[in-house]
Amino acid sequence: MTDQDMSKYPLRLADDKVPMVRFMNVTKRYGDLVVLDSLDLDVDEGEMVTVIGPSGSGKTTVLRMLMTLETINGGVIYVDGEPLTHMEKGGRLVPADRRHIRRMRANIGMCFQHFNLFPHMTALENCMEAPVHVLGLPKAEARDRSIELLGMVGLEDKVDQHPARLSGGQQQRVAIARALAMRPKVMLFDEVTSALDPEVIGEVTNVIRKLVDQHNLTMLMVTHQMGFAKEISDRVCFFYDGKIEEQGPPSEIFGSPQKERTQQFLSAVLEAG
Amino acid sequence: MMSYSAFLTEYGPRFLDGATVTAIQTVLAAILAIVIALVAGLMRLSANVVPRWVATTYIEIFRGTSLLVQLYWIFFVLPLFGITLEKFTAGFVAVGMNLGAYGAELVRGAILSVPRGQWEAAIALNMTGAQRMRRIILPQAMVIMLPPWGNLLIELLKGTALVSLIAVADLMFEAKQINGTTFLSAQAFGTALIIYYAMARFVITPAMRGLERRMRRRLSRA
Repeated sequence: MTDQDMSKYPLRLADDKVPMVRFMNVTKRYGDLVVLDSLDLDVDEGEMVTVIGPSGSGKTTVLRMLMTLETINGGVIYVDGEPLTHMEKGGRLVPADRRHIRRMRANIGMCFQHFNLFPHMTALENCMEAPVHVLGLPKAEARDRSIELLGMVGLEDKVDQHPARLSGGQQQRVAIARALAMRPKVMLFDEVTSALDPEVIGEVTNVIRKLVDQHNLTMLMVTHQMGFAKEISDRVCFFYDGKIEEQGPPSEIFGSPQKERTQQFLSAVLEAG
Repeated sequence: MMSYSAFLTEYGPRFLDGATVTAIQTVLAAILAIVIALVAGLMRLSANVVPRWVATTYIEIFRGTSLLVQLYWIFFVLPLFGITLEKFTAGFVAVGMNLGAYGAELVRGAILSVPRGQWEAAIALNMTGAQRMRRIILPQAMVIMLPPWGNLLIELLKGTALVSLIAVADLMFEAKQINGTTFLSAQAFGTALIIYYAMARFVITPAMRGLERRMRRRLSRA
């Protein structure tokens, strides 16, 4: 990307109302394959946005780019008004260096499909690890914070268990507590119930429901659970082929989708599930 | 002809002295090999091309040439460049550097076989590269690489027999000396054989198994 291209992106967002997350003209490619094509997406503070769509539509990539697990090939991502993927240097935006990314990444937390708990640590140690070693919190404080969060997800009696001793639903709840212990402004949920047995999915969705009700977190969630998406989202984005095909309040997307692809996808999914 | 028990009574203490030297050589070489393996293995995974290249060259040279030639180089050739090592030091340094090159590949392989999700979770928690490696990846890689390290340490023990060729008075050196004066080859080398086997089978193997069990328990259970 040339410098001229960058001049259309503001150094920071300064509208009256700055979105918590803004994808501006973001493109992601793997070789010749365009995964996301000039994506524009805003997520407001406290908003719960659900991303749905067929596999390969780029929906997980959206979260992974925001978590800085993937680099982007074009455009800029802003978090809380500041560029995440870029930084200001001499009055213009240049690709962010490691330090800038680390500073900005502190705003974001993520939960994964396969939990990715650290197997050599107990539930409590999993939660305390980053607050102690990344934020530099005193151990006692990190401990209190972690125990409180493990209590919030209903696992106060499992704090000293290693992940191998926990069920999938319990592991995912520890993972949510672990991410929250870093006090992110934005939480990302990447198909967090997809690897779970049906009977424990409710444990995890209940925790997310609680977060929506009780906290002013900004959340982006990729899910295949249409019922949950319908119930919990402020807005639903239907991704198709690297683009947002249609978006709107869940009542509209699920109730009266306008685009044909949305209708096809939803009828196929609802029939199957 | 001398009975074996009489042979042992006569020469047992020298075998013991030799075995002690072999054990010390093994321990020192193992420490050196582990340190080299860790450093070179991490350098092989560096994003920077310079450390990667240095480590690759090191591994190529030390895996690709004979340990005996490396030993002779360190003991006989390095002094020509002003680096003189005592034979005892030259012995374990050569063995340690050689086996360290093999160990580096074990370290690298084990690190790469830690699931990608572990790296991603550590990134998502905003840990630095060093924290990710030290606190998340290495403890898990350790468990993966312990079994092959057991094999490598047995190789290392056997490799130390070569230091007898620069006159370090190890087990092999004593066996050769005793053979030279008594011509009881079967007894002399047979005894050495048994002692090497016992050290591998009854010291190194159980120690590694125990370590493996302990680490595995820590990894998977409360």
